[in-house]
Amino acid sequence: MALDITRRSATTTPSPQARDSVEVAKLIDTTRCIGCKACQVACMEWNDIRDEVGSVNGTYNNPTDLTSSSWTVMRFFEKEDPNDRFNFEWLIRKDGCMHCADPGCLKACPSPGAIVQYSNGIVDFNQENCIGCGYCVTGCPFNVPRISKSDSKAYKCTLCSDRVAVGLEPACVKTCPTGAIMFGTKEQMTAQAETRVTELQGRGHGKAGAYDPAGVGGTHVMYVLKDASQPVLMGLPNDPQISPTVSLWKGVAKPVAMAGMALAAIGGLFHYVMKGPNEVSKEVEAEVEKELEAEK
Amino acid sequence: MSMLLAAHNDPHKGDEMHLNRRQFFKVASAGLTGSSLVAMGFSPTAALAETRQFKLARTTETRNTCPYCSVACGVILYSLGDNAKNAKSRIIHIEGDPDNPVNRGSLCPKGAGLLDMVYSPKRLKHPEVREPGSKEWKRISWDEAFTRIARHLKDDRDANFQATNSKGEIVNRWLSTGLLASSATNNEGGYLTHKVFRNLGILNVDTQARI
Repeated sequence: MALDITRRSATTTPSPQARDSVEVAKLIDTTRCIGCKACQVACMEWNDIRDEVGSVNGTYNNPTDLTSSSWTVMRFFEKEDPNDRFNFEWLIRKDGCMHCADPGCLKACPSPGAIVQYSNGIVDFNQENCIGCGYCVTGCPFNVPRISKSDSKAYKCTLCSDRVAVGLEPACVKTCPTGAIMFGTKEQMTAQAETRVTELQGRGHGKAGAYDPAGVGGTHVMYVLKDASQPVLMGLPNDPQISPTVSLWKGVAKPVAMAGMALAAIGGLFHYVMKGPNEVSKEVEAEVEKELEAEK
Repeated sequence: MSMLLAAHNDPHKGDEMHLNRRQFFKVASAGLTGSSLVAMGFSPTAALAETRQFKLARTTETRNTCPYCSVACGVILYSLGDNAKNAKSRIIHIEGDPDNPVNRGSLCPKGAGLLDMVYSPKRLKHPEVREPGSKEWKRISWDEAFTRIARHLKDDRDANFQATNSKGEIVNRWLSTGLLASSATNNEGGYLTHKVFRNLGILNVDTQARI
């Protein structure tokens, strides 16, 4: 399954587009997740990263946030009803990169080839080319990339691009004991999400729905949520968008700046050709030297 | 870098950095050209199909059973090398066995982290004995361990085996010894454990594998 790179950060030469490859997706069914964190462990094991042992902060969130060595973490949310104390919900979500079809990180990245998108939809960071500026962190609508303290480069979930490239599922998907994480083509996973949503709605969860936000062109990591009307209850933006600053800077300002640079270069050339270099006449030079000697 | 080189070529080396007009223009134009080329897409770095190569391509796969709990999930140990005579193998990765009907490739967080148990400095790798009254654990050989256990079992069974109860009914039981069996066994291993120790008359058998 050879993969083409369809998008490359800070690169204007077009990427290959002729070959059609299957788009893949991961579906996280939060209604089947028990928060066991096997995915966290499998992720670290496969990717050869070990985070520092943290401390318990009174919740099950551990590590408490994504780090450059924890590319996925379980987030636990308690939803209380002020009117009915028995109406309590404990919500669990596996957090990590969403692999947006329109990735804000890639758009914001100024370093050529540090962020790429493969033809199967995976968005991958190439640390070799990363300059550690942190623009991807700003550009990400889901606040996912993290800069490593050891090498000042950005890291995040790769959707196990090395496994997927040889036909395997990501490590977290394989290990999930309840089958809450699934993997397949984007088409299959969309259908799977629909089936599950129908099932949940039939069981009285009227607000159940899939999370595949259009604001970032859809994602290659999708969720089934019990209450899709309020993704924010589980820490997901209701309508994620690429920050207007990134869109403006990389969308409008960059070509204008490039045109300005080109104009300056051409202007310089014309000036050189038409006026020639700015030479100092011998008289002036002699005068200046006289003055200098007089000062001594 | 260009600035540093310019400074290096300067005759006043060791003084503060001097750039004459010409050098300044050289440096500035080189910098501008370089960054413009990169910005226009003439980047020197090649794009890789995957940023990280698949690490299991030619590893040796060995089937095993997760030793943690009674579910006894199947795992595959991936080790470096192809078992060639001069190569030392080493387990580099462990994941679930998709062909095992128990777990079909999945693993819980403990099983998913088995690799770190294999290399844990606290892992017990050989038999040890703590003599009565002693605080110290002492390493012994497998032979010694088996001999001592067999001796203890025989002596205790000879002394405490009950063929009949007080009413004269045949019970054939041995209550003074119990067995905590390994959970790292599959179904067949569990069956054999059960067979051997029940035949001796032991009733107190337990294991995470719930024999």
